[in-house]
Amino acid sequence: MTQFLDGIGYAGWILPALLLLPLLGAVLVVAQGAMHKGDDASAMPAARQLALGIFLAEAVLSLGLWWALDPASPDWYGKVDLAWIPQWGVRFTIGIDGIAQMLILLTTLIMPLAVLGSWTSVREKTHSYYALLLILTTGMLGVFMALDLVLFYVMWEVMLVPMYLIIGVWGGQRRLYASLKFFLYTMVGSLLMLVAIVWLGLQAGRGGPPVFGYDAIMVMTKAAPVTGAMWVFLAFAIAFAVKVPMFPFHTWLPDAHVEAPTAGSVILAAIMLKMGTFGFVRFAVPLFPEVAMHPTVRMVMLVLAVTGIVYGALVALVQPDFKKLVAYSSVSHLGFVMLGIFAMTVESLQGALVVTISHGVSTGALFLLIGMIYERRHTRQLEDFGGIAKVMPIFATCLTIVALSSIGVPGTNGFVGEFLVLLGSFPTQPWFSFVAATSVIFAAAYLLWAVQRIIYNPLVKPENQALKGHDLNWREIGLLVPLLLAIVWMGVYPKPVLTRTEAAADRLVRGVEAARLSTLRKADGTGLNGEGR
Amino acid sequence: MQVEHAATGHPLADTVARFAWAIPVLPLLGFAVNGALALRAAGTPGPADPSAAGHHGDAGHGHDAGHHGAHDAHGAHADHEAHDHPARHPAAGLVSIIGPAVLALAFGLAVAVFSAMRGAGEGMHAPYILTLFDWLPTGKLDLAVAFQLDQLSMLMILIITGIGTLIHLFSVGYMQDDPGYPRYFAYLNLFVFFMLILVMGASYPLMFVGWEGVGLCSYLLIGFWFSEQANADAGKKAFIVNRIGDFGMLVAMFLMFANFGTLTYTGVAASLGDVAVGGALVTAICLFLFLGATGKSAQIPLFVWLPDAMAGPTPVSALIHAATMVTAGVYMIARSASLFSLAPAAQLTVALVGALTAVFAATIGLKQWDIKKVLAYSTVSQLGYMFVGVGVGAYTAGVFHLMTHAFFKALLFLGSGSVIYAMHQAYHATHNHADAQDMRNMGGLKQYMPVTFGLMWIATLAIAGIPPFSGFFSKDEILASVFARTQHSTLAEASWLGVPGSVVLYAVYALGLIAALMTAIYMTRMMLYTFHGPNRTGEAERGHLKEAPWIMTGPLVVLGLLSAFGGFLNLPALVNVGWNEGLHHWLEPVVGEGTLRVTHGEAAHLSHATEYALIGTAIAIAVAGIAYAFARLKPEALTPAAEAPAEQGIAKTLLDKWYVDELYGKVAVRPTLGLSRVVLWKGMDVGLIDGVLVNGSALLARTLGWIGSQLQSGRVGTYAWVLVLGLISVLSAFTFR
Repeated sequence: MTQFLDGIGYAGWILPALLLLPLLGAVLVVAQGAMHKGDDASAMPAARQLALGIFLAEAVLSLGLWWALDPASPDWYGKVDLAWIPQWGVRFTIGIDGIAQMLILLTTLIMPLAVLGSWTSVREKTHSYYALLLILTTGMLGVFMALDLVLFYVMWEVMLVPMYLIIGVWGGQRRLYASLKFFLYTMVGSLLMLVAIVWLGLQAGRGGPPVFGYDAIMVMTKAAPVTGAMWVFLAFAIAFAVKVPMFPFHTWLPDAHVEAPTAGSVILAAIMLKMGTFGFVRFAVPLFPEVAMHPTVRMVMLVLAVTGIVYGALVALVQPDFKKLVAYSSVSHLGFVMLGIFAMTVESLQGALVVTISHGVSTGALFLLIGMIYERRHTRQLEDFGGIAKVMPIFATCLTIVALSSIGVPGTNGFVGEFLVLLGSFPTQPWFSFVAATSVIFAAAYLLWAVQRIIYNPLVKPENQALKGHDLNWREIGLLVPLLLAIVWMGVYPKPVLTRTEAAADRLVRGVEAARLSTLRKADGTGLNGEGR
Repeated sequence: MQVEHAATGHPLADTVARFAWAIPVLPLLGFAVNGALALRAAGTPGPADPSAAGHHGDAGHGHDAGHHGAHDAHGAHADHEAHDHPARHPAAGLVSIIGPAVLALAFGLAVAVFSAMRGAGEGMHAPYILTLFDWLPTGKLDLAVAFQLDQLSMLMILIITGIGTLIHLFSVGYMQDDPGYPRYFAYLNLFVFFMLILVMGASYPLMFVGWEGVGLCSYLLIGFWFSEQANADAGKKAFIVNRIGDFGMLVAMFLMFANFGTLTYTGVAASLGDVAVGGALVTAICLFLFLGATGKSAQIPLFVWLPDAMAGPTPVSALIHAATMVTAGVYMIARSASLFSLAPAAQLTVALVGALTAVFAATIGLKQWDIKKVLAYSTVSQLGYMFVGVGVGAYTAGVFHLMTHAFFKALLFLGSGSVIYAMHQAYHATHNHADAQDMRNMGGLKQYMPVTFGLMWIATLAIAGIPPFSGFFSKDEILASVFARTQHSTLAEASWLGVPGSVVLYAVYALGLIAALMTAIYMTRMMLYTFHGPNRTGEAERGHLKEAPWIMTGPLVVLGLLSAFGGFLNLPALVNVGWNEGLHHWLEPVVGEGTLRVTHGEAAHLSHATEYALIGTAIAIAVAGIAYAFARLKPEALTPAAEAPAEQGIAKTLLDKWYVDELYGKVAVRPTLGLSRVVLWKGMDVGLIDGVLVNGSALLARTLGWIGSQLQSGRVGTYAWVLVLGLISVLSAFTFR
């Protein structure tokens, strides 16, 4: 496989191709929409088929990445570096490592499932809808690839707008409130980030044209403390923390999830939240290790992470709306990622990356399942269900498996990630790990209780009895099966994933550790505090 | 890692033992096939259709939930229809073969491996480790999916697959008319798979996989008849309470990894060389491990889930909630013998909690009316004995009692299953909705079910501790070990919260005797009310009472033999027949060192006179309990449940289980929910963050509100266009420059 990929020069064109294909696809979809103007009935099947085709092509193209990357290589894979806006020093630089690789694959594989998941539920303005999904994909992939800070910012914004529109147009009753809240929350964060990026670029330029290249800025921050590093880190951290979302910046998420259409929720949970954690792993922490590992900063981040874990789980416990419950469970799960990052051991970081992927799979599947039952029952209130397992046994089986994965039962992907995070965090942060581990109890409580109220208990409500004969159809089963397989595969044999991210994680930990030690040495040697202020 | 290296050149490497991986894989295959059949049949309309079958048709279900007033909850019409036309599942024939067959094959393979192990003789001083594939290789962690075959795991494998086969066979009869028949066997097969992973795994994380896996199957099987909310509640409660214990196990693993850098059994044991006896670290590890055990093995304070677990089908109670899963905590401590023997304070905790649980649960067992509830509390109580055994470092004694208990308690549960089955058939025939599990509705069953009657008396004598039945030997060995540890042991010399260890041990011994007395009483009470005296089932029903079919009584006979003679596997040294202490010698390579550390390197020494005195005391207490029950309890004075007066005073407190559930609800469950709802969600999220901080900036939002108004004007297509064009122009700016 590697030979074949080399033969077709895969590394040279794959990343730009992955970015361009959805954009071209969006043009095609919009053009097709122009032909079906005003006729939603005929537009819908055409649009969804075209979009699905493009997403499938994208997925197939990206699959080569699984074999193409040499995990041990310290170089960026598939690097493309072009001048873009020379007078501002902005370049179009993209390239990936093992971490970005896994996130890109997650994105390209989730997207076709998200399209299949909204196959019948989106009936209006379908062409705009699918065009936005495609643009969104370019933005998300661009975020994972960008090695120029301005390009990163542009991609970050590119993905913000389509999601805003997806929630605001195709969302539920309170979609305007939810989309605005989403927009404002993220906008505030990203504007701070823009200021920080410009500030960094000017410094890296040393009086000449600014420099925004990731590698160049990395060299600069490693060589000497950056002026205002603390503020720059803070700006990045807030932008990313909103996206994750970390407690207490999380309140946009439940509203956004509840109002978003199924595909929106799936993409939001499975991919977009990971932008935040990816931002920490790629930018905030490696560029400013001495700030990130400063005892106070680290303490604050760990406290927020663990608070999010327990808080999210407790609040999820009392949610009457299933989507909201899952939204709060995301706050809890993403807290594990943050704990793993700021505990900063290879095991905890690897765990964080596994949670990143497996939360995408499991929570994506949960939202798809919620969408399926919502299409049948037009409600998400837990009290409206009961006894569904009697009439929809296949749905019940799928929901149970996915819930168990989200609970983190061993043998599923959920366990591997959380276990590694907690195990890896314990040597450096025993108390945080200890408190975070209590969430295994709450996670079981909120999800099993929810599952019970949906599929178990007496089947008494006529609306639920009427579901008989309306179990999942082949399309729905077909789109869930890959996710169910991923759940078990990553739980039983996560080695292929772990080995692909190991080197990148190891580099990060060693880099951060070296910076921390040199800071300590400086502090010892000069008697000054070397926090890089 | 060390596992690879340990496997090479092992005497078992060239024997059938290298195929031992197939022992768990067989039931896994069974699960896959039966699960597929369950889903396939569920998807097709017909007799198997869940709603057409109404409230899970027939044998062995409603009555299991009887104590929860399940019969009232049943829709009377649907129930009657289903009962009149019991429809066997269309896949039942295939499932009846696959379900038990995979177990029988696994048992056969286990026996083959066992004989290979016996053949290896001295070579078995090191475990045979079978590495299958890498599992969690990252950083310093290097975990493989590897099985550890040694004398302890072998014994557990034989118990699990052997008793498992018998219970699968029994289930073929007991569950035959249930609409969820394939689903039942799928879950049961999956349970055996995870239970085998639990005992075969070569590391704590792999044990944990099995540990939570069996918990999952327990959850699914307790809630098997999920249309009754009480059953679904019971399953959920079991899972969540167990997770509290699992939290302890996780923390223990974290401590081990942080300090030893490894999580395999061999690796941890090898790291203990320079660990001092009674150190804080090893004590903490052991206490957290024990927290895990109190969950899975239903000890104080986490025992509350097990009695509720009786909501599951009765064979499940026999296999999971008596013979195998609930003993996992005992296995775990025996497996961790090298750790526990270094932590006397933790050991004393284990023994004391075990002894207190034994007495506490026995008191509740004295006053229960539901036959399965009696057995449930009896199980909690007997598990307490096992913890006393492994707690005082008498690992063999604890595991011995685990084994004999698996025999006689499986027999008691299956026997009660036969009784319930007969009762249900009788009530079914007459459309009576009385409780088929309430002993006040039984009485005089010996004349209708003589085989079950005889076999259950064997089990009763075994559990009560009457020689030569199996339970006598194992219980006696535990109590004798406790007594012996009061002198010349690390335990006696340690102090527990300031109390001298020897005092704790005397207290444990006394509690053990009290529990033994109560065991004899409540078991005799159960037998008297069920089988003796006049029958209270009802005039019309009496004619329908009869012995269960052979597929159910057959396994009972085998268990009866094991209950009667299983104790001979480990006869005390006192009775010299040439093959005494068989189990002791067998397990010596695994737990011997741990035991010797507790006893300062000497074999336990009690003078023959002392030992005879202890045995005499134990027998006297058992006989006294049985005699008391016969003398004081009057089955002929009982009235059927429907006419019985309400209990009062201490009897009511015992019947209501000392109100522990109510206490937990008040101090833990409701405050947590209240805190989450009122303070965190409504207060923090909706009130403070959203209300004050976010919506406080509503002014900003309103100024941007025009964006929203644009959205509704239907010009989104324009937006998409603008976005695409903008992107393209930006990108072409550099591409075509």
